[in-house]
Amino acid sequence: MTDIAATPSEFQAAHAHDHHDADHKPAFFARWFMSTNHKDIGTLYLIFAILAGIIGGAISGLMRLELAEPGIQYLEHWAAMQGGDGLHLWNALITAHGLIMVFFLVMPAMIGGFGNWFVPIMIGAPDMAFPRMNNISFWLLIPAFTLLLGSAFVSGGTGPGSGTGWTVYAPLSTSGSPGAATDMAILALHLAGASSILGAINFITTIFNMRAPGMTLHKMPLFAWSVLITAFLLLLALPVLAAAITMLLTDRNFGTAFFDAAGGGDPILYQHLFWFFGHPEVYIMILPGFGIVSHIISTFSKKPIFGYLGMAYAMVAIGVVGFVVWAHHMFTIGMDVNTKMYFTAATMVIAVPTGIKIFSWIATMWGGSLSFKTPMMWALGFIFMFTVGGVTGVLLANGGIDNYMHDTYYVVAHFHYVLSLGAVFALFAGFYYWFAKMWGKNYNEFLGQVHFWVFFIGVNVLFFPMHFLGLQGMPRRYPDYPDGFAYWNEVASIGYAIMAGSMVIFFVNVIWSLIAGSKAQDNPWGEGATTLEWTLSSPPPYHQFETLPRVD
Amino acid sequence: MSGHFQEGEIETLMNMFKTAFLALSLVAAPAAALAQETAPAAPAEAAAAPAVLEAATNAAEAAPAFPAAKPVPGIGQPVDGALGIQPQVTKIGEEALWMHDWLLMPIMVAMSVLVLFLLFWVAARYRAKANPVASKTSHHTLIEVIWTLVPVLILVGIAIPSISLLAKQFKPAPEGAITLKAIGNQWNWSYEYPDHGIEFTANMLTDEQAKAAGEPRLLGVDNRIVLPVGVPVKLLTTASDVIHSWAVPAFWIKLDAVPGRTNETSFTIEKPGVYYGQCSELCGDRHAFMPIAVEAVSPEQFQAWVKSKGGKMPAEKAAEEAAAKAAADAANAANAAAAANAANAAAPANATEAAPAAANATNAAAAATGN
Ligand SMILES: [Cu+2]
Repeated sequence: MTDIAATPSEFQAAHAHDHHDADHKPAFFARWFMSTNHKDIGTLYLIFAILAGIIGGAISGLMRLELAEPGIQYLEHWAAMQGGDGLHLWNALITAHGLIMVFFLVMPAMIGGFGNWFVPIMIGAPDMAFPRMNNISFWLLIPAFTLLLGSAFVSGGTGPGSGTGWTVYAPLSTSGSPGAATDMAILALHLAGASSILGAINFITTIFNMRAPGMTLHKMPLFAWSVLITAFLLLLALPVLAAAITMLLTDRNFGTAFFDAAGGGDPILYQHLFWFFGHPEVYIMILPGFGIVSHIISTFSKKPIFGYLGMAYAMVAIGVVGFVVWAHHMFTIGMDVNTKMYFTAATMVIAVPTGIKIFSWIATMWGGSLSFKTPMMWALGFIFMFTVGGVTGVLLANGGIDNYMHDTYYVVAHFHYVLSLGAVFALFAGFYYWFAKMWGKNYNEFLGQVHFWVFFIGVNVLFFPMHFLGLQGMPRRYPDYPDGFAYWNEVASIGYAIMAGSMVIFFVNVIWSLIAGSKAQDNPWGEGATTLEWTLSSPPPYHQFETLPRVD
Repeated sequence: MSGHFQEGEIETLMNMFKTAFLALSLVAAPAAALAQETAPAAPAEAAAAPAVLEAATNAAEAAPAFPAAKPVPGIGQPVDGALGIQPQVTKIGEEALWMHDWLLMPIMVAMSVLVLFLLFWVAARYRAKANPVASKTSHHTLIEVIWTLVPVLILVGIAIPSISLLAKQFKPAPEGAITLKAIGNQWNWSYEYPDHGIEFTANMLTDEQAKAAGEPRLLGVDNRIVLPVGVPVKLLTTASDVIHSWAVPAFWIKLDAVPGRTNETSFTIEKPGVYYGQCSELCGDRHAFMPIAVEAVSPEQFQAWVKSKGGKMPAEKAAEEAAAKAAADAANAANAAAAANAANAAAPANATEAAPAAANATNAAAAATGN
């Protein structure tokens, strides 16, 4: 390992006439469109995810507006503008919201954005292992997203857009959805999946081969651990999705009958394939958040993370067990009793490593010297909201209980607590935590705190009543509902408005701070921030670690 | 329809035979069809026969609309602003509700409150002002073992009743259960009662129709499922196009309707009433507009409903089949004479009321066997 440290400086010496410092940057087009720099690609991913998030969030605004009171108030008008049917438009909206938030907001932001930015730095590497592949990973998302957005202008049945739901269940997605919109949505998933697989290969290779001298796996920061495990989940799960949706395409266009009972196929087979991907996918969305939150809790407690190895292997356990619980998404398909009992028991097992993580975060704070800066607030919010989403997950794991809640708003509440209040809280936590590091400017602490509190109130007013709606039996994916669901739907829509207001505060803070924010120190968080990114300048040099750091 | 009969003496005898047989079978019907008791018709049931026969007569003659029960607010449908699960009217629903309310909810609330309390505690106790120097503790084996093992024990405590609940839910319907087949279509449900020869389709009422009929908006249908209380129901689901899901919250039942396969579950409704559900698997444009409405009635009313739908109770059907077989045999004059004796012996006490009913039933039987 000793000679590795020497290599980059030799490389540096040989090209000394090209650049005199590590901050030499290519011209605009080469830098941003042909980028091979992990930080620039991370920035591109973050910008992309924010834009996609605005679109996906706006779509949920349309949905909450329509659902604010019983009856159909707006859909027909909106549909008339695009020349389609209002009820089809509804299904197109829910489909687009789900796909955008999963594939074009959370995944690009977590893995592509923060993963690219900070995994190489945290492990003491100059860049990713395959910088050009990193570039194509990002640029595959552009045609993917273009296809998905474009599908909104192409027939998907009785109106434009694909109305299959993000799960794309056959036969609704095959014989039930004429028109090219669904083909476009499926191809969008193919491209986004290919992008993620390439990214996963890149992260695995980088983490296995490019750690700084002395940085053993058991000394590696938890965020790098979380991205490593996530990358394995991506690598193993996404090919199964690719196979399933390829079969959808051939069923749709080339006369095969993989999922058509009339031709000897089986619609339930699609669900098994989809959820074999889909369940690991939910951990793909949340594991990097676990990593981010661990660093923030440690930093603002001025304490090392409690039970580091337990934390790392709890994530490994979640990843492994996450592959053998998929059919708890399918408890009502008519599976046999033994299968249902197995998936009930296996799913509950996941609560154990998750509990270890929750308690270890609290133990990290125990005895610490806590400060409550904006990132810490988001991390604390994450812990509590994820706990609430976690305990309802244990409830839903019970196959016999889930018969009632399955496909109701209870499930919608559950997964928004772990995703919209879990993953998204982790994203905001990371964004504030690394804001100064990434952009070299300090965000406004006051606006950050206001953003947190308004968002926290908003999303709880938005999503908590959905538990009540689900317990009263309100099914998912409904544009109109019996009058007995009116009250909590109205409350939820008010919650959306509060949440949307907080996003205005967020964007004001970001724009104002980028323009007029004070210059950031190398380490604004003090002694608690111990990972390698805080040893670099803010923002870090264009090429960091030309001499590799040594980790004791 | 009666034209199928040939003129003549034998025919008269045949009619008498059938009359007697049907009268007998109708007396026995409530017991036999509903499988509550395997014992033969008791005298008490025989006494109730005239009323049943009368209902059957009316149904067969005029087929009046079955008087639909009015839904009761708070039962079988959502309540605006409510927090919890709908009242349950099946055994499995009651047990699952108990498990939710008294096992899962306390654990969920306790865990959430524990985490929230600990967060507030550390935030107050270990804030920088209160605790300026942080400890460097990063391990404590005992506590790590505890917070691994205690959740394991809690989960085992959940898993055991959960698995036994599943076993109960999967108990097959007993012999004599009423079979109800629900077929999901874009976008309505069609239903079959194969044991009763009834088929119909249930479409959602428009907002105006629902208002006029006193039905909740988006839940009322033009043809309710009618089922007897206290009788096990074997539910079969399938679909004709895409996947739908047949769900009634008050029964704790949700079963996907998948094209190309038939799913099965069973439940027994304990209380009369009107219970609503909605399609629970995304099935296209009008997914939100294919509700399910079940009216649970007494077994007697159920029989009347079966009649009003032109169907027959299974025992009655069996009797008809036997009668048809006997009719063929009746070509033998000696047998016919014996049957006439049997008819006289078996005629119900209230012969004047029974006679027209039996005659009508005979006609219906003739129509059925004529196919
Ligand atoms: Cu349906």
